[in-house]
This record gives sequence, structure tokens and C-alpha cells, in this order.
Amino acid sequence: MKSLGSIRRDFAPWNDPNAKPYIQFDRVTKKFGDFTAVNNLSLTIFEREFFALLGASGCGKSTLLRMLAGFEEPTAGRILLDGQDLRGIPPYKRPVNMMFQSYALFPHMTVEKNIAFGLKQEGMPAPDIEKRVAEMLRLVKLEQFAKRKPHQLSGGQRQRVALARSVAKRPKVLLLDEPLGALDKKLREETQFELMDLQQELGLTFVVVTHDQEEAMTMADRIAIMDKGEVMQVATPAEIYEAPTSRFVAHFVGNVNLFEGRVAERTAGTTRITGATGAEILVDNGGDASAGADIVFAIRPEKIKVSSKKPADAVNALEGEVYDVAYLGDMTVYHVRLDDGQIVRASALNAARVSDDPLTWNDRAWVSFRPDAGVVLTR
Amino acid sequence: MNTTWSRFNISSIVLGFAFLYLPIVLLIVFSFNESKLVTVWGGFSTKWYVSLFHNQGLMDATWVTARVGVISATVATVLGTLAAITLTRYTRFKGRVLFSGMVFAPLVMPEVITGLSLLLLFVAVGLDRGFFTVTLAHITFTMCFVAVVVQSRLVSFDRSLEEAAMDLGAPPVKTFFQITLPVIMPAIISGWMLAFTLSLDDLVIASFTSGPGATTLPMKIYSQVRLGVTPEINAACTILIAVVAVGVIIASIANKRREVQRQRDEQAAQRG
Repeated sequence: MKSLGSIRRDFAPWNDPNAKPYIQFDRVTKKFGDFTAVNNLSLTIFEREFFALLGASGCGKSTLLRMLAGFEEPTAGRILLDGQDLRGIPPYKRPVNMMFQSYALFPHMTVEKNIAFGLKQEGMPAPDIEKRVAEMLRLVKLEQFAKRKPHQLSGGQRQRVALARSVAKRPKVLLLDEPLGALDKKLREETQFELMDLQQELGLTFVVVTHDQEEAMTMADRIAIMDKGEVMQVATPAEIYEAPTSRFVAHFVGNVNLFEGRVAERTAGTTRITGATGAEILVDNGGDASAGADIVFAIRPEKIKVSSKKPADAVNALEGEVYDVAYLGDMTVYHVRLDDGQIVRASALNAARVSDDPLTWNDRAWVSFRPDAGVVLTR
Repeated sequence: MNTTWSRFNISSIVLGFAFLYLPIVLLIVFSFNESKLVTVWGGFSTKWYVSLFHNQGLMDATWVTARVGVISATVATVLGTLAAITLTRYTRFKGRVLFSGMVFAPLVMPEVITGLSLLLLFVAVGLDRGFFTVTLAHITFTMCFVAVVVQSRLVSFDRSLEEAAMDLGAPPVKTFFQITLPVIMPAIISGWMLAFTLSLDDLVIASFTSGPGATTLPMKIYSQVRLGVTPEINAACTILIAVVAVGVIIASIANKRREVQRQRDEQAAQRG
């Protein structure tokens, strides 16, 4: 079976028309004075899903999370959790818990007491609390730090305490606001996988807000790309990357080459595009672009091959001159200035230690790609 | 950095500290004076300290001052804290600027005016002047100091702590008592101590609002000094200075220790 990206996923309730939605944002709008933070947004999240809200700061993703937690009420629209309308339910009565970006650990309480806080509020008997706290400490590997205060912990340990505290009550949904934002790069990568394991182990629904696309791509089942209070696209990481539906999404996630152009001819199997500067490109899938439409052809750098001679079998090949080369070890990035002036970014994996077609600055070069390597965007 | 002591440095330090402490040192020295004449040294003696404790008037005044201080500081702390919370949290109600201005105006109001206006009020409503009115007056003028201290702490308070508590199931009132209050407690305590100290050494407002049977220590000292300074007063003042000094030293040592402990903890945490 062929699928986008390199991973086959069995968990895909969003493709099942009978699947019951778990969290529903139904035409939700949130205004702060004149500023519209969230604009008529609808979104469905399924049970046990690891869902990421990805966007630049100020795109409304945190507001969305805070509305789910109950710290903000929508100006218009409904939010449903497991079929129940959440309007008017205060945060302390909602079956969701949140892990805060600042961790918000109670500074005057020990690690133990921090984790037990939520359990005490629901009136759990003391022996049960003790058992649950011990279990949580084991889960985040902080058993020997139970008696410490938050300021006696390192950043990574604090993050784990915050996590343990927010899952201790076994919420229906765990909300994570930039959960790894305060950690250094190495720790962040380790923790990403730990979070995924934890989600699997507890079988919870996770909604994570992040501005780090790599983080979202690594962890999430599906990602919602947000911009100016609206959802631009909701899809799996592979779909977001390989089949963006708009110029914004293509540009926002990863690197991309964009060719402005027009659809010159459209048949069932192929679409011929004439670039603004005359280059001809043949594409398998023209999407919803009709003949004569102004479009953008988007192609990722790693799908472009750079060679010193025109490949014999290439459908799409454009000639130019090597303008810049960056050797990164695992791969090499070329910037090729096409003869029409456009600069194309191409990256080549250094699969062998010795290159049989080395290129350097100012060499003549061809960039080539397959007809299914890019997407046609009308938006 | 220049570490050598130049003549200029030494003399400025000596002059500066003499300016600050010479009067106090003189007072302490003369409290141990054998002679009844305050300005003539007649040998070392602690007899004034003994007679101090037999001076019923002075002891009564001390007792009144302590009670007024504790009660007014406590009430002022509660009211000042509430005012500080309202002014930091509800930033969008109408007339907030006016209100915050009005809370802090007594900080710069001349005490004579505060005292006089309180006196007029008490007379107008027919309140007999005494212990109750002094306490009330002290609450009024120390409250704004507490509000300032607590407000400056609340401004830097991380609101997500409260959100986290509510998110974990604590209703607002519980959140306030279990999270907010413990976290801002150091500021509230220093607000209380400030209010207590202000009440302790207030003479002007107390003179206006006090009545028979409610003479505070500063009033007592002042009235006795008008009849001539006795070494007994010197002894009383020396004890006051000692109490304040011990308090300040303990507070700063505790502070220093906490700071050192915190740094050590953080280093330990960094190491893992």
C-alpha cells in the first residue's frame, strides 16, 4: 500500500465517518476587545489522539487551549467534550488538566504535595493519594526527589513534576502548553519520545500547543496549522508536509521552493505548468487547479536532484548555475540560480562518503524532479 | 577596584557614621549614668533600668503601645492586603486610578492633617477618645503602607499558579487560601512588621486621637521630656533600640541564610 510519508498508521479515526468526535470546536470565536484571537473556528479531535496546534505566536493556539481548560469563555460558538457543552463550566469542574508553559509548580509545596494537590481536591482518601503519587513519581522517574521543593530541581525535573501533576487525576484530556519550550535541545528530543510513550501508556487524549514544527511533527497524530485565529489545515504530519493545501502551510512547515505560474494545459493524468519566467513543469496531480488558473507549484528541496548533466530520463529538468553550497555532514544543500533568475534550493543526502558528481560554486548544473514530487497550490 | 583606604575615605566614613549614630550612642551611654543629671557623667550604673520597671506610668504606656501596635497592624494588614489584591487583580473597573491614588495618598499626607481630621471625625460622631480611637487611627494610616508592600509582590505573582490550582479542581476561595496566600505571605509579614513599627513610634496622630487612660509610650516619653529628661527615659529608649536592633539582625541573618541555602539548592539541582 502506498501512503504519504514513510510511516503507516493504523490509528486514524479521522478517516472513519462513524468515529465519534471527542472534542469539538463548533464555530468558535473569541474576541479580546477589538482583537479577534480565534475566528469562527471549527475543529474535531478524537479520543486517544495526540493532537498538536501549531502556529506562530499570536495565532490563537493558546487561546484555543485556554478555552478548552475553561480560563476563557468563547465569545461565540460551542465547545463540546464527549458530547457535553462546556459553556459555563468553571475550570475546576472540567475533566481536563493542563500542563503550563511556566510549569506553574507551587513553590511552597514539595514535589509530592504538588502532585497530590489535584487528588486532594477531589476528596480521594489519603492512602489512595499516597499510592497514586508514588505511581506518578515512578512514571516520571523522580522517586528520590519526592521531598524536594521546586526550586531544588533542575529544569528537566520540574517539567516532569508538572507533567506528573497534570496526569495524576487521570483527566479525559491533557492540555500541554509549549511543554518542552523551556528545555534545551537535547533534553527536548528525549522528552518528546517520553511524552509519546506516556500518552500510549495512559491512553489519554493529548492536545499540545507548540510553535516548534519539529516537535509537532515528531509527536502528533494530527496537526492543525493555525494563522490569525483560523485553522489553515488539519492533517497528519506526512500530509502536512507532503500535501499542503495552501501556500501558507507549505511555507510554514519545512523548506520549500515555490514556482509562480499558470496552468497551461490540464488532462486527466498530467498538468502542464508554465512558469512566470517561461520554465515548463509537468505535474501528475494538478489538484483543483483548472486550465488557465494562476497557481504556485511547491516542491521540497530533498525531492530535487542536482546534477552536472541533464538526466536522460528526467521529465522536469531546469538548467542553471550553482550559486551556493552548504555541506552539513549528513546532507549537502545546494542553491541553484536557474537561467530565468529563480533560486532553487535542493538538498542531497550524502549516502556515500565519496560523491561521484561533485559540484561547486559557479558550476553549470541541472535540477530535476519527478512529476509527482511537488504539489500545485491554488491558495 | 581601589582597596586602599585613603584619608578622604576614612574621614568621610567616620563623619557619616558619627552623624547617624552619635546621638544614639550618647543616649545609650547616658542610660548607664549614675548621676541624675542627664548631661553630667557620674559613673556607671544600671539603677535606671531597675527603677524603669517600677515606673508604673511608663510600664502602662508600654503595654498600651504594644496592644495598639499588634491590633492595628493586624487589622491594617488584612485591609491593606485586600486593597492590594483588588487594585492588582481588577484592573478594568471604573475609577481604578482614583481608587489607587486614594489608597496611597495617606503615604504623603502630613501626619498633622491625618491626626486633625481623625480627631474632627471622632468628635463629630461622638466617639469617646481612648484606646479604641488610637487603634482606629493607626489602622487608617498604616493600611496604605501594607497595601504598597503587598501590591509590589502581587505584581510579580505568576497568575498561572492560581490557574493551575483551579485547573486541578480547587475553587477560587480554596485557591486563594492554599496557593496565593502562602506564596505572598513573606510580603504580608513584612507589611505587618512595617505597620507595627509605624504604630510603635507614632506620636503626632496618637496625640490627636488618644484620650485619658490610653497614653502610648512615645506620648509618655514626650510628656516626661518636657518636664526634663531623666536617665530613666534614656534607659527606656535604649531598651527600645535593643529590641529593634535584635529584630533587624535576626531578620537579616534569616534572609541571608535562606539566600545561601537557595543558592546551594540550585547548584545541587544543576548537578542533577
